[in-house]
Amino acid sequence: MVGVEDLVHFRYYVSSKTINKLIQVHDRIFCCIAGSLADAQAVTKAAKFQISFHSIQMESPPLVKAAASVLKELCYNNKEELQAGFITAGWDRKKGPQVYTVALGGMLLSQPFTIGGSGSTYIYGYADAKYKPDMSKEECLQFATNALALAMGRDNVSGGVAHLVVITEEGVEHIVIPGDKLPKFHDE
Amino acid sequence: MSSIGTGYDLSASTFSPDGRVFQVEYAMKAVENSSTAIGIRCKDGVVFGVEKLVLSKLYEQGSNKRIFNVDRHVGMAVAGLLADARSLSEVAREEASNFRSNYGHNIPLKHLSERVAMYVHAYTLYSAVRPFGCSFILGSYDQDDGPQLYMVDPSGISYGYWGCAIGKAKQAAKTEIEKLQMKDMTCRELVKEVAKIIYIVHDEVKDKSFELELSWVGEVTNGKHELVPKDVREEAEKYAKVCTTTTSHSFVFSMAFL
Repeated sequence: MVGVEDLVHFRYYVSSKTINKLIQVHDRIFCCIAGSLADAQAVTKAAKFQISFHSIQMESPPLVKAAASVLKELCYNNKEELQAGFITAGWDRKKGPQVYTVALGGMLLSQPFTIGGSGSTYIYGYADAKYKPDMSKEECLQFATNALALAMGRDNVSGGVAHLVVITEEGVEHIVIPGDKLPKFHDE
Repeated sequence: MSSIGTGYDLSASTFSPDGRVFQVEYAMKAVENSSTAIGIRCKDGVVFGVEKLVLSKLYEQGSNKRIFNVDRHVGMAVAGLLADARSLSEVAREEASNFRSNYGHNIPLKHLSERVAMYVHAYTLYSAVRPFGCSFILGSYDQDDGPQLYMVDPSGISYGYWGCAIGKAKQAAKTEIEKLQMKDMTCRELVKEVAKIIYIVHDEVKDKSFELELSWVGEVTNGKHELVPKDVREEAEKYAKVCTTTTSHSFVFSMAFL
């Protein structure tokens, strides 16, 4: 499951509160983008092409690890010019659901769960405390929604609408939660 | 079946009137002049066997290897011009390495053999270069895909096999391979059969001494391609020698009556 908010700021003002930060790079693989949105969009566009081509050559859906590796290669080889981080998550036949972080300089790490972006600094404690392995879909949705709401509440450059995507073998489900419908906490 | 393609066989960029590219066919002849190599896929791995003819007593034992490691999980047995084969093994290594660098996991053998076959095929298109004079058999073992075996020839095509043979005695070797029930055998059983086949197809009259090169990759090696260990090899050779001497004794006996 992946979730993002959709606020972009350009220096001192919010340039958009309705931007899509969840990029679909293949049928069952999504990428959350963070950092410079321009860089992230350019990188995911290139990665989407490469992964699509790779999948056609292999005659099978790509592994999540392969997709994350493609992003990592782009980030690492162009680290001087780029300022974008990603969370690649999805499902494949070999290992099932997986989550990978691709950090700014091009580090690739597989994790059971991960958080990223400017707002993530405010919710490390929450995420570490509340995460437990093998959660059900509902528990997971609650966890992600709460985490996003808390981050959006405290971070001045995060906000707007929360987008969630649930990826399973059967398919992909989009959930959108407008700002006013998010759970409320004492930080307001 | 040989035919002379006078006039249409000078370059790979020329078709003959009956639609053949003679240069590619001549390249395949180069493979047929080389000693035999076989690869067989079984239930839990792949075994390679090469009949390596020793042309001089001065050669160091184990020199001029004909089985290469392309990646940790992939092995390659060759027949034909050894120099061409060596350069192609480097091409295969680079493909496997680039794939891992880009996609983070082991290259599937089907993809590797297609890539190398495409490379070999490219050399059959132009008059400025000559086709590669070698065929090779690629084998790998992977936890998810299991054992895989592919063969690439100088024309640049690749096919998947359960068992295949290349080189001078490939017909005889194929006949022997077809007798095996490889889908039910394990690597340990198959190693002995592979050694036996090489000993059977080896021509004692035309070629004198030979070294048997045996390698395997499978569950028994944890997915790593490596030369068969000394004790397994000795056991396999002993089995092969026993099987072939019993048949050749009867041959000598019948010769005495002619």
